Order: sequence, then structure tokens, then C-alpha cells
Amino acid sequence: MYSEKVMDHFSNPRNVGEIEDADGVGEVGNPVCGDMMTIHIKVDDGKLADIKFKTFGCGAAIATSSMITEMAMGMTIEEALEITRDSVADALDGLPPVKLHCSNLAADGLHAAIEDYLSKKEAGN
Amino acid sequence: MYPLNRGENKVVRIYMDHGATTRPDPEVVNAMLPFYDELFGNASSLHTFGQEAARALASSRKTVADFLRAEPEEIIFTSGGTESDNLALKGIAYLKKNKGKHIITSVIEHPAILNTCKYLGDMGYRITYVPVNNQGLIDPADVEDAITDDTILISIIHANNEIGTIQPIKEISAIAHMHGVLVHTDAVQSVGKMPVNVDDLGVDMLSISAHKIYGPKGVGALYLRKGTRLQGLSQGGSHEMGKRAGTENIPGIVGLSKAVELAKQRVEGDTKYLVNLRDTMIRKILDSIPESYLNGHPTKRLCNNVHVRFSYVEGESLLMMLNMKGVAVSTGSACSSKSLEPSHVLAALGIIPEKIHGNLRITLGHENTIDEVDYVVENLVDIVKKLRAMSPIAPKD
Repeated sequence: MYSEKVMDHFSNPRNVGEIEDADGVGEVGNPVCGDMMTIHIKVDDGKLADIKFKTFGCGAAIATSSMITEMAMGMTIEEALEITRDSVADALDGLPPVKLHCSNLAADGLHAAIEDYLSKKEAGN
Repeated sequence: MYPLNRGENKVVRIYMDHGATTRPDPEVVNAMLPFYDELFGNASSLHTFGQEAARALASSRKTVADFLRAEPEEIIFTSGGTESDNLALKGIAYLKKNKGKHIITSVIEHPAILNTCKYLGDMGYRITYVPVNNQGLIDPADVEDAITDDTILISIIHANNEIGTIQPIKEISAIAHMHGVLVHTDAVQSVGKMPVNVDDLGVDMLSISAHKIYGPKGVGALYLRKGTRLQGLSQGGSHEMGKRAGTENIPGIVGLSKAVELAKQRVEGDTKYLVNLRDTMIRKILDSIPESYLNGHPTKRLCNNVHVRFSYVEGESLLMMLNMKGVAVSTGSACSSKSLEPSHVLAALGIIPEKIHGNLRITLGHENTIDEVDYVVENLVDIVKKLRAMSPIAPKD
């Protein structure tokens, strides 16, 4: 049912955790629905220097979170904002149709963290 | 290392999903094989080939009837539990539509009953779903309260397929019959795991399935009490006393018969063995994993059912990680279902939504051992720890 890449990211998730002095934090989903994700980012010179995630959810939710942190690491803010649910799913060699919303959650989580960073930056200026 | 006795280089394969299906017993397979070969006749044929099949059909019917303490002519062979449930509900509903259009069932039925009731509801029947308490038990008084002048049938699951709660069917039958209402029970999960017979239960109809009791898939039976009329669902020949048209699945029926024969011999020993294994497993899980809970009733539950939930983690992840360790179980989490809805059974227990997702159904079989239980629990401890470390809603250490 899941691709080898999904199973790889599920069983060895990359970048799990939180960043204490994060520049941006995204929180999406809801434990009531069965999936929830937090993404912490550290931005250095307009680039994503560090990304950490925590996810409560199914195999696909964990794998998409892990994959998106790997994809976005080192990207500029602008590049990271271009990552879509489809690009995450494609990078995992696809997801079962019923699980596509999980990739949505990952993309939303990353974008929320970046928006948090941008709004904090704006408030600081 | 665990003395799992599976050979040096063999991958661990521990099957603890007997509520889904069971491995056919070698005796069952052997009993079936000749009927895929030289004993291939059609039981309706008058020649020797046909009569060999007809004899096998008759003796299988007697075995199944004896097992349920019924008469052979009260047994209708079907393609399994789902068909038996459909035949019972629709067969009565269609026949009695001029007498009444009210059916009583429960909120924790198997989809074979629930969706048949939903279908009948769409057809203009009135369906009452009686509730359960937080341990999954139905109160017979609720069933009695639901009975009206136009109630034609009550269908309550004997033992729930998810949480294993055993319902007071005997009491429900007595109440129903006081009011002149027929009773059906889906006994697919209880047969083979406790004594099940129609005398004790007092039901008018009862569904069973072969593949849950070490028999083949695609075959089951409906017990229909003598004198109870029912409208068949498909038109065709006069097979199965005119109640179920279609050439009989003789190999499957012989397999069901052998499975039932073995269940009769084994049920007492199996039950004793499995209750011990079940309670040991429940105790070990609850003792070694913080914030773990048992779903369902502690004692009025199937001898092989361990249904637990863990806060802050999700069931499909648990299932997949156990699968990577060679262990097969199931879950009623939303993420594991095609509808993305959590189990209606767990919801009916009143478990709060954010705690409903981290559940596992472990259903044991007589081939499971205490060493396997230990292996599964130890891995489960690690897996829950790993997933909680990853979970944004788990309290930090």
C-alpha cells in the first residue's frame, strides 16, 4: 500500500524534534481528527538553516513530515514556499489517494512556520 | 532472543489478527480437497456423482446443526457472515412488511448488519439503534423500551468484532419473545470462542462464518428456527429449502463442517488457554505502558480479544511499526479506514475524539504462545515510546 520511500521515512524519520529558539513555528491539524503536526524552523541569511517536526498521525503523516523537512532544508524562503502537497507526494513516489490530505498537512505546516517567521520579522522591523 | 521456534534464518511472523481471519486447519483443508477433485458432483444431480455431493451436503448440515443444537433443516448454507446477516434481516423485513416495518438493532453492530439496516431504512423501514454503556454492553431494558406494535425483528451482535464485548442475548431473546418479536444474532465472532447454541440463546436466527474458526473463506450458515418464514434474496433453483438459490459450495460447506467439528472438540480447552493468554497480555501492556487503557468489558469479552488504546499516538502507525517487527494486528483508527472516520464502536463507548485514534485490536488464536505475547508486548513498549517522542501532543519527559 505504501511505497518504499514512505516506509523508509516512516521507519527512520529525519529531523524529528523541536527548536528551542526557533525563528518560526507552524502548527496544523487537530488531534480530534487524528493528525497534527508542528514544524520549527531556523532561518539564516534567508535560507532554512534547520527544520524540525513532530507529528501525531498515521504512517503517511509521519513520512510526509519527514520528507518535507528534508526537501526544504537549505532552501531559500521563496523556494520553500513553492513546495506543494503534490511535490511532497511525488518525492515519496506517491501516496494512496485516501492519504493525499497528509501531504497537504505537511505543506501547510511548513508554510505556516514560514509565515510565522515572516510576520515576526515584520513586527521586529 | 525469543524461543519463537521459527528457525534460525526465518523472519518472525506472528499472527494476532484472528478477528479478521484464521489460518485454515490442515484437517479442514484435507477434508475439502477431494471435493475439488474426484467428488466434484452437483448435489442436485441424481447420478452417483451428484449423490456423493448430496451425502456430503447432508452430513455437513447435520454436523453444523448438532454443533448449534439445531435440526438439519434449520441450517441454510450461505457464502459467509455478511450474506447470512443480509438474508436474516432482509428476508424477514420483506416478508413481514405488511405486519410491521420496525427493526431494532444496536449502535455497535458489524457493518453487515449496520449497512443492511441503513439500506432498509432507505427503503422505508424504521430502525432503532439501542445504545451501549462505556464498556460496550447493551441493556436489555433499552431493547424492551424500543419495542413497538410494528416491531418485526431484533438483531443484536452476540460478541462484538472490535472490542469483543459479549451481549446478553438470552435475556434479549426472552424479552423479544414476550412481545412476539423475532430475534437474530450475528455470532460470527463468538462461535468457537465460547459455547454457542440456539437453545441457550433462544434466538430465531443466528449467523456464522467458517473462516473465523479455522475454516475456509466464502462459506457460512444461517440458522433459521423451524416454522420461521423468510423470503429468499435471489431467485433460482430450490436449493437450501428454497431459501438460498444457487448450486451449493460443497468444498466450502465440507470445510465449514470440519471446522465446526474441530471447534466443538477444542472450544473448552481453547477458551481456557486463550483467557489466560489474553489476561496476561492485557496486564503486561497496561503495566508497562503509561496511559494505556483497555477498551470494552474486562470479563464479558471474547476469550481472544485484547483491545487497547494509547494516548498521544495513532493506531495505523502502531500497526505498521508492529508489522515491521513481524507482528500482525489491526486498528479502528480513522487513518486506517477508507472513510477516515474512526470506528463507530469506539465512538459509541464515549471515548473522547482525541483519544480514539491510538487503538489496537489484538485477537489471539490457539497457535499463539506466551513467548509471542512477550515479544509483542516488549516491541509495543518501544514503539509507543518512539511514537510519543515524535508526537506534538505527548507531554514532555
